[in-house]
Amino acid sequence: MKLNFHENHKLLFGVVFWGFVALSLIIAVLPALWVQENNEALPASEPLTELEQQGLNVFISEGCVYCHTQQVRPIEMDKTWGRPSAPADYAYINRQDIWRQTPAVLGSERTGPDLTNIGKRQPSEVWQYMHLYNPRSVVKESIMPSFPWLFEIVDNPADDAVTVTLPGDYGPEKGTIVATDDAIALIAYLKSLKQVPLDAQPTAAQKAKADAKVASAVKSKINGATIYSNNCSSCHQSNGEGITGVFPSLVGAPFVSAEDPTNHIRAVLYGLQGITIDGTKYQGIMQPFGELLSDEEIAALISFERTSWGNDAPTITAKDVAEVRNNSELNKIQPEE
Amino acid sequence: MTNPSAVRSVGRPLTVEKAKAEERIDTSPDSVKLIFTYVALSAFWLVFGTLVGEYLGLKFVWPELDSISWLTFGRLRPVHTNVVFWGFLSQAMIGLALYVVPRTSQRELYNYTWGWISFWLINASVLIGVITLMAGINNGGQEYREIIWPVFALFAFGLILIAYNLYKTIADRNVKEIYISNWYILAACLWTIILVTIAYLPGYQKDGISQTVIQGYYMHQGVGQWFTPMVLGLTYYFLPKLLNKPIYSYSLGVLAFWTQMTFYTMIGAHHFIFSPVPWWIQTLAIVFSVGMFVPVTAGAGNFLLTMKGKWKSISRSYSLPFILIGVIFYALVSYQGTFQAFRSLNKVWHFTNYGIAHSHMSMYGFVAFIVFGGVYALIPRLTGKEPPQLTVGAHFWLAFIGVLVYNIPLMIGGTLQGLSWIAGDAFIESVTLMEPYWVWRAVGGTMMFISHLVFIYNVWKMRPDSWEMLPEATETQSN
Repeated sequence: MKLNFHENHKLLFGVVFWGFVALSLIIAVLPALWVQENNEALPASEPLTELEQQGLNVFISEGCVYCHTQQVRPIEMDKTWGRPSAPADYAYINRQDIWRQTPAVLGSERTGPDLTNIGKRQPSEVWQYMHLYNPRSVVKESIMPSFPWLFEIVDNPADDAVTVTLPGDYGPEKGTIVATDDAIALIAYLKSLKQVPLDAQPTAAQKAKADAKVASAVKSKINGATIYSNNCSSCHQSNGEGITGVFPSLVGAPFVSAEDPTNHIRAVLYGLQGITIDGTKYQGIMQPFGELLSDEEIAALISFERTSWGNDAPTITAKDVAEVRNNSELNKIQPEE
Repeated sequence: MTNPSAVRSVGRPLTVEKAKAEERIDTSPDSVKLIFTYVALSAFWLVFGTLVGEYLGLKFVWPELDSISWLTFGRLRPVHTNVVFWGFLSQAMIGLALYVVPRTSQRELYNYTWGWISFWLINASVLIGVITLMAGINNGGQEYREIIWPVFALFAFGLILIAYNLYKTIADRNVKEIYISNWYILAACLWTIILVTIAYLPGYQKDGISQTVIQGYYMHQGVGQWFTPMVLGLTYYFLPKLLNKPIYSYSLGVLAFWTQMTFYTMIGAHHFIFSPVPWWIQTLAIVFSVGMFVPVTAGAGNFLLTMKGKWKSISRSYSLPFILIGVIFYALVSYQGTFQAFRSLNKVWHFTNYGIAHSHMSMYGFVAFIVFGGVYALIPRLTGKEPPQLTVGAHFWLAFIGVLVYNIPLMIGGTLQGLSWIAGDAFIESVTLMEPYWVWRAVGGTMMFISHLVFIYNVWKMRPDSWEMLPEATETQSN
């Protein structure tokens, strides 16, 4: 047996084969095994419910992962999506069944927004269903596909059916749009996507300190128009006019044009539900932003809203927001107000 | 020259006269039939796969193009990638290897029946894979392993059979030394069998992060241990053969081989820079990405130095220009990959359309161009039939200009996307700013797609006149 790669094919291809097996063990199989054995879900997180798991399967089946990441990187530009992702965030994800492996939810492309925190950022089911049926009905620049096959058009929907109302030309000519089980599961999955704290809840004092630190770091970059675009425009639209009957307009709206900004601040801090504006009753829920945005950011946002699209109300400062936030009597606005 | 002042001489042909293939090579009809069938089916999958790709590109510009579940973006994208990977490129590379390995071992292929079984297994796997993917059945959306294991197992068995067939051919060779092409080609088959096995076995990739560790390894080595060594091995045969001179440095080829195996294997995690995958794997991946300068420079340099002084032969050939472009893209795209791995640049380019440009430069500019060159070099010599020069030229220029028009706008747009995110702009701006670049991508993609229609026409023109006219007709298979 000659020790010569050029003439001994057993030696050459033996080294090629076993060498690659060894390298693969070192760089892939053993690290993967180690990561798997040393990963545990965060104490505050919960495994997916059966419905949410079914929703994840729809999410994978339709190939949503090709445009939406679920991966927040520990760099400044990703802060808008949440805290940096940790291995523990993916501990509950598992093999789908014997035929299909563990879903690749981290993603490799961000053609659409990251979904790590979509359940927190956009908890409105009304919005999610409209967006799923036709994304352009709520975000007109969107290039996401429509998913009409996750819905049915029926003449007489059952009482407990999840129905979707779309503005203008986006809906069918006649009949009612009803969500199928797959759509309901998918939206349940999206709503479950919320980051939980890495450790136990910080005390109020720790949080205030951390907020202050972040606030001073990003102060120079706070821009009301950008905050509006990232957090509000998907419902209230970039022109502030909302969607008739579904999401109220902010143009000349009572809260927005009032001299006293208190109600405007309360709405942003604590959200709204079931209110009536100019005779139209809005069923949808507006989510609270008090936990997502700092006082500085809310002040910039509200000032932007009060001076845009023809609105001409006095602007506010972070101090005004802090006053409302610290006054426990000014909590949630009740529908009858 | 009776009238030297004439700008357009009446008698001048539209294309420059290219060298014809030398005499038909004395190859068995079994071999011609098998190889041509592999190449013909690969051309079919190329047209199908890039038709899907073209359609996907249009959806970025017209998202309402259709609302049919089987044609939605998220289902068709893996159809596009898997068809061009396994149906087109893999099948064409194997077809060419079925010539190169026996030829350089100076004997017949070990077993033709096995070659046919592999052919059916590979095509059945791709066909069933396409149907399942369009029906929404995929393997967890894991890139390039979207086909579920019972279906992809067919491909794997086909590949194992090919590897064993080639191994036996090399083992019983009638020359003393194993030519370097065979190192690359058989190694690629063996590495890919290991790679696919590791990618599909359960046990160590259960949760979301261990899955990601294997995903980085798999998607990178799919390129690094399959497509790259396969086409490099083919180039080590076709380039010296077509230029009629030996390779510049045999030892450089050997150096590139071993560094390819050791360095490339370590860098899969550079697809997950800044992810929650263990930091040491990411850092190791970046370090070895720099190490890739060694095999790439050795390989591409070796080819370019072989071509040096033979530029006239290249311009007179219709297959060498494809190989030249392929080699240049090999160097460019590999260096680009190293830069994309650096944390500072990864921040700008990761998650953007820049990555799409990078993958098309490697799989098309590099791998597909060398495959085209190999097909145009080999098939006329097997069948004795030349493709029309005009249409080969049309294929070359449409594909070459097309790949540039496709990639350059995506690189510019991708960079702007990353900068927009860094600047903290609203997310939707990174979508709207891409529109003109997506239009250009569709234009480039259309040119590439038309070139593939021309290619399949050329393959048709190169077909054997009839299987029967080949000496010793097909019924009895040797071996």
